[in-house]
Amino acid sequence: MSGHESTYKPNTGIEKWLDARLPIVRLVHGSFVDFPTPKNLNYWWTFGGILAFCLATQIITGIVLAMHYVPNTEMAFASVERIMRDVEYGWLMRYIHANGASMFFLAVYIHMFRGLYYGSYKAPREISWILGVVIYLLMTGTAFMGYVLPWGQMSLHGASVITSLIGSLPLVGEQIQIWLQGAPSIGNSTLNRFFSLHYLLPFMIAGVVVLHIWAFHTTGNNNPAGIEIKDPKKDAVPFHPYYTVKDGFAIIVFMLIFAGFVFYAPNVLGHADNYIEGNPLKTPAHIVPEWYLLPFYAILRAITFDVGPIPAKLGGVIAMFGAIAIMFVLPWLDTSKVRSLRYRPLARQFFFGFVLVCGLLGVAGASNPDDVVIPTGEDTLRYEVALADTPNAVEVARANDGKIVSQRDERVVIDFVDYEASLAFEEESGTLVDPTVKHHGITWLPVAQLLTLLYFAYFLLALPLLGLVERAKDEPETIADSIHPKNGSADAVAAE
Amino acid sequence: MTDETYTETVDEERRDFIHIAAGAAVAGGAGALAWPFIAQMLPALDTRAASSLEVPVTDIPEGGEVRVLIGGKPFFLRRRTAAEIAEAREVDVNALRDPETDDDRLVPMADGNLNPALLVVSGSCTHLGCVPVGPGSNTGEFGGWYCPCHGSHYDTSGRIRKGPAPLNLPVPTYEYNADGSAVTISL
Repeated sequence: MSGHESTYKPNTGIEKWLDARLPIVRLVHGSFVDFPTPKNLNYWWTFGGILAFCLATQIITGIVLAMHYVPNTEMAFASVERIMRDVEYGWLMRYIHANGASMFFLAVYIHMFRGLYYGSYKAPREISWILGVVIYLLMTGTAFMGYVLPWGQMSLHGASVITSLIGSLPLVGEQIQIWLQGAPSIGNSTLNRFFSLHYLLPFMIAGVVVLHIWAFHTTGNNNPAGIEIKDPKKDAVPFHPYYTVKDGFAIIVFMLIFAGFVFYAPNVLGHADNYIEGNPLKTPAHIVPEWYLLPFYAILRAITFDVGPIPAKLGGVIAMFGAIAIMFVLPWLDTSKVRSLRYRPLARQFFFGFVLVCGLLGVAGASNPDDVVIPTGEDTLRYEVALADTPNAVEVARANDGKIVSQRDERVVIDFVDYEASLAFEEESGTLVDPTVKHHGITWLPVAQLLTLLYFAYFLLALPLLGLVERAKDEPETIADSIHPKNGSADAVAAE
Repeated sequence: MTDETYTETVDEERRDFIHIAAGAAVAGGAGALAWPFIAQMLPALDTRAASSLEVPVTDIPEGGEVRVLIGGKPFFLRRRTAAEIAEAREVDVNALRDPETDDDRLVPMADGNLNPALLVVSGSCTHLGCVPVGPGSNTGEFGGWYCPCHGSHYDTSGRIRKGPAPLNLPVPTYEYNADGSAVTISL
């Protein structure tokens, strides 16, 4: 996994004996001890190590939980409660695992945005990036299936929603959905296979992580300057002790935040509904995924219209998976040769706009699509009356400053701004209909649709065009220069 | 980069201190963290709560026994006949492999008196853990229990008399309730 000449020197007889047969110590030494690493890596680069820590944490606590968990719809919920109450330190194991998923995603999003900002996906690191997207996809699958296992209300109905997405595929969708579930609905067969796969996927992730590291150790690390190591003596330092210590420090700080959640707010990132045992006859009022999938959930719900022959439901599924799939081709969408956004002032602004769009998509995903986000007027009292019951409704409403919103099929919708006017309307028309409070303004749905458009526009319009029109600043000649600017090129160190 | 010349003085003692302090912190933290991961495999609270059982003894027929499982382990409660009690008491204790008098193997009731009619023993052969057969099947050469696995014979006090088992069937921790109608056995 090291793309450089090894400096490993086996000293003792047994080290030489092993090295001649299985040079595993040489491999580790070359990858994590003397690996020449750019000397200018900042703290955004520590998230690789943090992610390795997260994966290890999830696997270890997951193995522990699997010792006590029962993958059966009759017993799963109770077995989780038993872990919480009866198993020695079971509460700790479960809270680390559940919050660990959130911490894992927090770290991976920072890691991905870092890659976007510093152009880590560009040649020659396309394979590292693509393997990273594969890891992310595996992570979402693992997290989704893990969330089903406690068999709470959100587990059950979240799983129903997501598997029914597959059912939207034309012709074979329903058959594939039944095949995935192992039954006409989410049931014991589904729970069993989700448990099996939830145990399997992290090890597949670990495998792809090895390939991911192998790939960027072959090309060498990217770095904040986005330029290659020219002279390892001046531009690079050995991985150990420089980055083992730096990564170690970052991991400790990360663990403090992690522990803050585990010990002081273990359920703040979850949903109370999932502490109610799954009931197939009752769906929770407001069903949302965990926070880390909210932006994609918002994109899924944003497509409410048919696109040509594609029905809205399928369109939403395509948009949601497309939002991840587009990252696979990102290395070929960005036309700029300059990697680091330090030297691309215009692209940098678009990048921060994109980060904002992703965050807002998350908020949109957590919100009811029909809720008003930007109010445009006063709340009104709304009556929906039938002309058959109240023949004079329209005249009386007009006389009392009521606004006729619509009149169709002998049904009239009337808004009143003034409470007294609405009372006068009720009295004069003799209607027995009760009004509802109507909020006026732009709802989350068009906002989410706009944000979805902006999300895709960043990849499909901004990145291809910026590379063509933008005039980038001069990159420093060497990594060493980026740290210690020569006279006359002080702007080589741009403000982050 | 020619201006990047500076001399570095290394304070070895300071470095040693930092290395030892950091190493000790890591070792202490790792040890503290390791304990929950080891302790989670201990019997859970509900498992431990299930490790004692109250068994009514008035319904056991004379010469018969009741078998119960506590925490998955078998126990025998036997109501002995007068002949069986006499047989258990006549044995020369010093000739036994695991010398114990019959009274040693009984627990006093609430009033302080022994109840020789009721014998409570573990149902796990002290040889390799098989469950011996008893009244109604095969009581062995000494009228108590017989282990079919490797042929250990126990007498009417549950003491090993013949065969490979090294020790008597152990008497568990148990106590009578106030009127002697039930015993509570604990692991």
